Amino acid sequence: MITAGVDMGAKTIKIVLFKDGKIIGKNIILGGFDQRAAAEKAFHELLTQTKRTRNEIEHISVTGMGRKEIYLHPPISADHEVTEVTADARGTLYLHPSARTIIDVGAEEGRGIKCDANGKVVDFAVNEKCAAGAGSFTEAMGRALEVKVEDLGDLSLKSTNAVAMNAQCAVFAESEVVSLIHAKTAKQDIARAIHDAIANRIVSMARRIGVEKDVVLIGGISKNKGFVDSLKRILEIDNLLIPAEAEYVGAIGAAIIASENR
Amino acid sequence: MTKYPTEQLKCWNKAKEIRENFYKNYATAKDKGGIRWAGGAWSFGAIPAGLGDDVYMITGEPYGASVAWNKDFAVECQEAAEKAGFARDLCAYMRNYWGSMILDKYAFGGKFPKPDFIWQDHICCSHAKWYQVVSEYEKVPMFCTDVSTGPYSELNESRLKYVVDQLHEGILWLEKVSGRKYNDQKLIDAVYSECEATATWAEVCVLNKTIPAPLDEKTMYSLYVLGTLMKHSPIVRDFYKELRDEVKDRVKRGIAAVPNERCRVMSDTQPPWAFLKVFRYLEKFGCVSIGSLYTFGLIGMWEDKPDLPAPRPGKFFVYAIKCDDDSIYIGQTDDLPRRWQEHLEGTAADWTSSHKPVSIVHYEEYSTREKAVKREQDLKTGFGRKWLIREIEAGRARQAGGTWGPKTTPQQKGIKIKTRDEALRVIADWTLSRPEYQHFYDPALKSAMMVRIAKEWKLNGVMLHYNRGCEGLSLGIAENRLAIQKAGFPVMTFEGNMGDEREFDEGRTMTRIDTFMETLGLNKLED
Repeated sequence: MITAGVDMGAKTIKIVLFKDGKIIGKNIILGGFDQRAAAEKAFHELLTQTKRTRNEIEHISVTGMGRKEIYLHPPISADHEVTEVTADARGTLYLHPSARTIIDVGAEEGRGIKCDANGKVVDFAVNEKCAAGAGSFTEAMGRALEVKVEDLGDLSLKSTNAVAMNAQCAVFAESEVVSLIHAKTAKQDIARAIHDAIANRIVSMARRIGVEKDVVLIGGISKNKGFVDSLKRILEIDNLLIPAEAEYVGAIGAAIIASENR
Repeated sequence: MTKYPTEQLKCWNKAKEIRENFYKNYATAKDKGGIRWAGGAWSFGAIPAGLGDDVYMITGEPYGASVAWNKDFAVECQEAAEKAGFARDLCAYMRNYWGSMILDKYAFGGKFPKPDFIWQDHICCSHAKWYQVVSEYEKVPMFCTDVSTGPYSELNESRLKYVVDQLHEGILWLEKVSGRKYNDQKLIDAVYSECEATATWAEVCVLNKTIPAPLDEKTMYSLYVLGTLMKHSPIVRDFYKELRDEVKDRVKRGIAAVPNERCRVMSDTQPPWAFLKVFRYLEKFGCVSIGSLYTFGLIGMWEDKPDLPAPRPGKFFVYAIKCDDDSIYIGQTDDLPRRWQEHLEGTAADWTSSHKPVSIVHYEEYSTREKAVKREQDLKTGFGRKWLIREIEAGRARQAGGTWGPKTTPQQKGIKIKTRDEALRVIADWTLSRPEYQHFYDPALKSAMMVRIAKEWKLNGVMLHYNRGCEGLSLGIAENRLAIQKAGFPVMTFEGNMGDEREFDEGRTMTRIDTFMETLGLNKLED
């Protein structure tokens, strides 16, 4: 049986095809203004890549903020929806069966998930009405620093001075970054301060549910080496697992759930 | 899939009518030559009742919630309060009330009615300050009773007297500001009425232990609110008795609040009033919120029940009662509930009439009166008493009681209130036992009550509202979460504000509920 999992994230859409317990294809696309059209495009591309047709896919599960866009809506017509937390837990356990704490930092939301050996969610925490604990925060700060977001990680690893950033809010943090720039603080130190600030928020959320090993980081921000460094330091752990498919975990989880949804 | 029959409450419209009349009577009090007072829902409302039958009040918290329910008006009030310089992170009810006062707009139409005086108590950090602002703005006198005497379990004579003395002074103050002579009989009637009303509300909540629950929390909000308006009023007492009888009948006929009930949760603190649809959303999963410590214990008055076995032919009981001086009284009977009541009333034995019975700490069953009498005599010996005390201390005694039920009223205990002082002592003691007062002293006291609700009302999970609008009731809630989890109940939290919708994220809260329901293994039954 072939199933698909779609993660309609706040910024990007991820799609995974799953057959007999294995991932047979995946695709990622920017959601843009018209998420439904973007999802349809990505889905079509993936079918072409894998030489499959829509009819071959028995079930499609959709997760992510924009999931209503394609749930029961043709041509994709996902037949099942699942929350990000459940999809993340299933996807992570598939990739790392030893995972007990999952930290997912997407564009707009940060999540801490605690699960048992079966991938059952025992407790979870999600950031509230605030983007300071999510990926979009680093993008905004990168703009203030005039550094591409993909270069921010390497830059912060060069930092030799810890500079404190006190603001908890993305809006205030940006003005703090501007002040640091005017105070001639080295760019790499500001970059590290940004990563420390977001990691602090994420860690305080994860501690609310209790951090148990193994800890797995998923979501787009896991590609940012500077953030990973800050997170490990603040969590006080050496072994932070990051799957190669970190961005796709929600979609993988959804595809697995779809395969059980007979 | 509908499992259980459901139907609307018959007394629903009556509850609405009582609430409407309450706000209307306050607004029109002056047309009838009456007195108007303002104060908190927790204040000693029975006391101004001694000024006459034409005394009308407005209680601030439910008024603030009524404002919140009207989203447009609420934002108007909040902005007016902010413009006057009051910070946005203060009590949301207080800001809604202040805004309504500053705008001179009453949530129920017309101008904001000015009170003759303010009658308030002080338990949370905002209580006295709220009405200090009102008193200065409206230029009306204020009396505030401090009730911070510590947990009820530690109440002693001097602490009780501290509150009673303030109430005595308050009555002299009421006579002075109203120019009326105080009527002690009206006070006594109001005290009796309040005790009966608040215990009856607890009785209604106990009925929700039934599966399926006869009431859901959203409905309970519209019912408990009457107690927050005028808990001392015979109108509320009579309504709660009618409601209790109707809910009893629902239980008997298996009428459910949520027809597809398959999961039971409770909430905590005030909900985001403008978004009560959260509770209707739960129903899509077959989930019922059976209430909360907030809906049960803000107005309802509770105690550990003895849970004694009903009398049966051929059953005789030997029992041991612990008295308030830690002495143990031992007796035998064929009807334990009746005998316990007699001990409480002081008519069963000389010892228990002079040493207040606290609880039945041990009981045993025998098939004949002779065997029971023999055992009673054995236990009364020095050796028997030593054995009994050892068993009790080791937790091996067969203790009666333990479930939470309505507090026994003074009238049930046979207490006859004759004087002003006796009435004030009864109402002070009664009020200080309020469950929702206890967590101000220690979050563990609240956790213990929440865990017992979770167990006794057979819950599958708990939804905690991190209510930014109420520092008082949110105090220690993160500690409560940990304690409830430790007791084995899954907990979800959501942030919001009871009275300021600007701090509530509807979409994310609903997603969080979806997630929580998934973790409980529940899918939506309907969309």
